[in-house]
Amino acid sequence: MKIHYNTDNAQLLVFLDGELDHHRSALLRNEIDSAVYAHMPEKLILDFQNVSFMDSSGIGLIMGRYKLIQPMGAEMFIQNVSPYISRVLRLAGMERLAKISEGVNA
Amino acid sequence: MKFLNEFRCAFPARSQNEALARAALSAFLIPSDPTAQELADLRTVISEAVTNAIVHGYRNCSGDVSLCLRMLPERTIYIRVSDKGCGIPDIEKAMTPLYTSAPEEERAGLGFAIMQEFTDSLHVRSTSGTGTTLIMRRKLGTPHEQD
Repeated sequence: MKIHYNTDNAQLLVFLDGELDHHRSALLRNEIDSAVYAHMPEKLILDFQNVSFMDSSGIGLIMGRYKLIQPMGAEMFIQNVSPYISRVLRLAGMERLAKISEGVNA
Repeated sequence: MKFLNEFRCAFPARSQNEALARAALSAFLIPSDPTAQELADLRTVISEAVTNAIVHGYRNCSGDVSLCLRMLPERTIYIRVSDKGCGIPDIEKAMTPLYTSAPEEERAGLGFAIMQEFTDSLHVRSTSGTGTTLIMRRKLGTPHEQD
């Protein structure tokens, strides 16, 4: 997983990768949270281009990060989702928490 | 029960074995030539069931998760995931979308909703203190109908 912070527009871009199951999500959440606390971004963008699998543990990871940044006044974006990932995200109602796009957010 | 093929295994309730369960299911299904979506759905389903056993069943103890995969007639896949953990005190409550008994672990409470959505049938047997067994079935499309 790579994390990139853009100072110009206060965006924290998180490039998730691999299989987002319970095992992996538990490992990733502290790493993402450390970056959020370090930069206090206005936008948190989760990129799913290289995510090959996600179950409800990945949904838990997204919900947890939303709960972290929402009180900071930051917004969440989810981008580069495959049709399969999109199906799981919508089943979980994630479109209520974040703007979801199949491509890259403008 | 009449079946065409069967695979059984058991493994310790450790989170790194969630990937192992998905890999076993993929290998079992490949000869039946599932669509990419069927494979993705069933990998998600087994991941949810095994994660439930690890996170909830063996929350306060350790033990094995047992997996049984069967190919039944008419291209129906049967998935059984069982544990000898603490059991589910209230199955109806556990199956309510967004309900979780482990919010501190960032569980979304959507495991059962996903299992129900991605299978044709889901049966839960659970006894407090004895364990939980989930049985799911899904009929695969016929190969020549696939794209």
